[in-house]
Amino acid sequence: MPLLRLRGVSKNFGPVQALTDINLDIPAGQVTALVGDNGAGKSTLIKTVAGIWQPSSGDLLWDGQPVHIHSPRDATNRGIAAVYQDLALCDNLDIVQNMLLGHEKQRLGLLDEVSMELTAKQTLQDLKVTSVRSIRQPVGSLSGGQRQAVAVAKAVMQEARLVIMDEPTAALGVSQTELVLSLVARLAGTGHAVLVISHNLVDVFQVADRIAVLYLGRLVAAGPAAEFDRQSTVDLMTTGTSTRLGDDGSGGERATSPRAGSGSEG
Amino acid sequence: MAGTEQGEAPRDQAGSVVVAGEPAAGDEVAADIALTSAPEVLAQSLGEYTRIWFRRVRNGESGALPVIVGLIAIGAYFQISQHAFLSAANIANLMGQAGWIITIAMAQVFVLLLGEIDLSVAFNGAVGATITFWMLAVKHPFPIWLAILTGLVVCAAIAAFEGLLIVWLRIPSFVVTLAGLLGLSGVLLWLFGQTGSVGLGGVISDTGFRSGFINDIVFGNLTPAVGWIALVVIVGLTAVFMITRDRRRRAHGLVAPPLSVTILKIAVMAAIGVALVAVLNVNRSKGVTPLQGVPWVVPIVLGLLALTSVLLGRTKFGRYMYAIGGNAEAARRAGVNLGRIRVLAFACCGAMAGVMGILYASNLGSISNGFEGGQYVLYSVAGAVIGGVSLFGGRGRMLGAVLGGFVVAVIYNGVDLLGLGAAAQYIWTAVVLLAAVTLDSVARRGSSTTIR
Repeated sequence: MPLLRLRGVSKNFGPVQALTDINLDIPAGQVTALVGDNGAGKSTLIKTVAGIWQPSSGDLLWDGQPVHIHSPRDATNRGIAAVYQDLALCDNLDIVQNMLLGHEKQRLGLLDEVSMELTAKQTLQDLKVTSVRSIRQPVGSLSGGQRQAVAVAKAVMQEARLVIMDEPTAALGVSQTELVLSLVARLAGTGHAVLVISHNLVDVFQVADRIAVLYLGRLVAAGPAAEFDRQSTVDLMTTGTSTRLGDDGSGGERATSPRAGSGSEG
Repeated sequence: MAGTEQGEAPRDQAGSVVVAGEPAAGDEVAADIALTSAPEVLAQSLGEYTRIWFRRVRNGESGALPVIVGLIAIGAYFQISQHAFLSAANIANLMGQAGWIITIAMAQVFVLLLGEIDLSVAFNGAVGATITFWMLAVKHPFPIWLAILTGLVVCAAIAAFEGLLIVWLRIPSFVVTLAGLLGLSGVLLWLFGQTGSVGLGGVISDTGFRSGFINDIVFGNLTPAVGWIALVVIVGLTAVFMITRDRRRRAHGLVAPPLSVTILKIAVMAAIGVALVAVLNVNRSKGVTPLQGVPWVVPIVLGLLALTSVLLGRTKFGRYMYAIGGNAEAARRAGVNLGRIRVLAFACCGAMAGVMGILYASNLGSISNGFEGGQYVLYSVAGAVIGGVSLFGGRGRMLGAVLGGFVVAVIYNGVDLLGLGAAAQYIWTAVVLLAAVTLDSVARRGSSTTIR
């Protein structure tokens, strides 16, 4: 059973239909990449899962149970953590302080720095984020990839089961991208469900176990990454359909190719 | 497909080159780089510590260094120009002046850390002090503790109200507290109008009541013996605190500064303390009755420094203040109640301004409607900024404000001692303020262009 299952989720802002009848499974222990052109509804989809917006219709099944996620805090409490592009880190605070912001530990009414540092250190070690010189250095002094890593570690530390990442490799150099992608893979390796938005198909094919393609608010294809190739994915992202994909005859719960204009099936 | 491979190949090449060249990128290579603690505690020995410290200073993380160097330079200049500068009498006098200048700088830190500013801080303190004095000068005076507490509470409430306006109406603090500055200077005049029967011509002096208790805050002295005992207790407690903290860190496998560094810090602190107590214990009376000992204002300011440092550095409230100053949105997403922290910070600023008001009045022996609140608020900002507190929020420590405020007080005192008058006083303060900010800015620029 997938950790999170979207059943017929639609979202409209007034007359604007941002998402139409999305059916998507996000299993634990796998990286699901959400791709699509600008305006395809990727951000709307993750914000709906992360509790920022409520779906207009349809259900979210968490562990098989229908849930209503009312707020970002509600999402956090259920174990859904979102890392947005701005990362929401305080440059003036060090790594430990950032990771435990809002979840400080206290001892005798004062902050327990030792215990917080141990917790942060453990989380970073679990994620094998070992490239920082000191976890007491201010986040402002870190590289882009390291900042991303701290943001992810911060999200994971709140006992997240699903980690949503919005364009984690945007604006990163090659080596920093490698750092983040290996971190994404390890997150899945430690049993987390990971939902990644990315524009960069190279990254997507490197790290994703599953790929879901959005086109104008509809899910035009979803399935194991092996069933996609670059060209078919680009076709799907830009036109909503791909002839190449249809030729592939493997069955199972694989890419749901769009049937002209409908895209909605149970 | 061919296109895909072409597109990927150079990237992989580049990737592998970079990974090999920069160990930080590959975890296998980087695995031996252990997660460690604060940069300055990477050192295992005093020599190494000094090297790392120098590197940090070069990279712009100079901490309290510039203000200490500046303080020594300014002090040396005054001492050369006028030998009375380091005399016991003048040092004691300096402590009295520094008391209120330091506390007004400390008050400003609470709001500067949030990226806000309180322009009304000085008049607020004066209003509090006036209320305290009035409660003591009436025919049936209130108890001293109640009078002081009321003054402080009124100040905290006024500042908290300003904070509420800022949070509720989302008006910039500059505007709200500018209104506060004008309004409270009006309130101060009005209060003196109301207390006319108590004061004399817009002045409430404390000579008439309770044997001048308020005056004694600054001018009362610890006896020489008590001064020494207090010094030993303060240094001892600090040493015990620092060493047990380091020991606890090591016990949990975390890195802590080498013991030699800790001992050196304690030794420096003790040396300064011994010098100060020794000078202040000299009899500075020219008459028959001896006048000696550490003025009360010194332990009071040190106590406030300890209290506020713990508040800022070791409590959730303080941590959230830094977080909001650094990135308010990040703090909000972490569940921090921004409005509550802002109002509380303003309240702390107000309470500290109340302390300033009392120390000011104590130093003067009176409070009057001639209080130059528009002037003194600039001292508060100058002191904080000289001490390394950022105007943009999130950076700075209470110790910095204490040192920065002390620099302002030294200028105030020294220029006065040289008989140069108000013009020189202002210009000196301006030059030092500019120098401090320039140094800070140049150092920061250096750090951003230095790779690692």
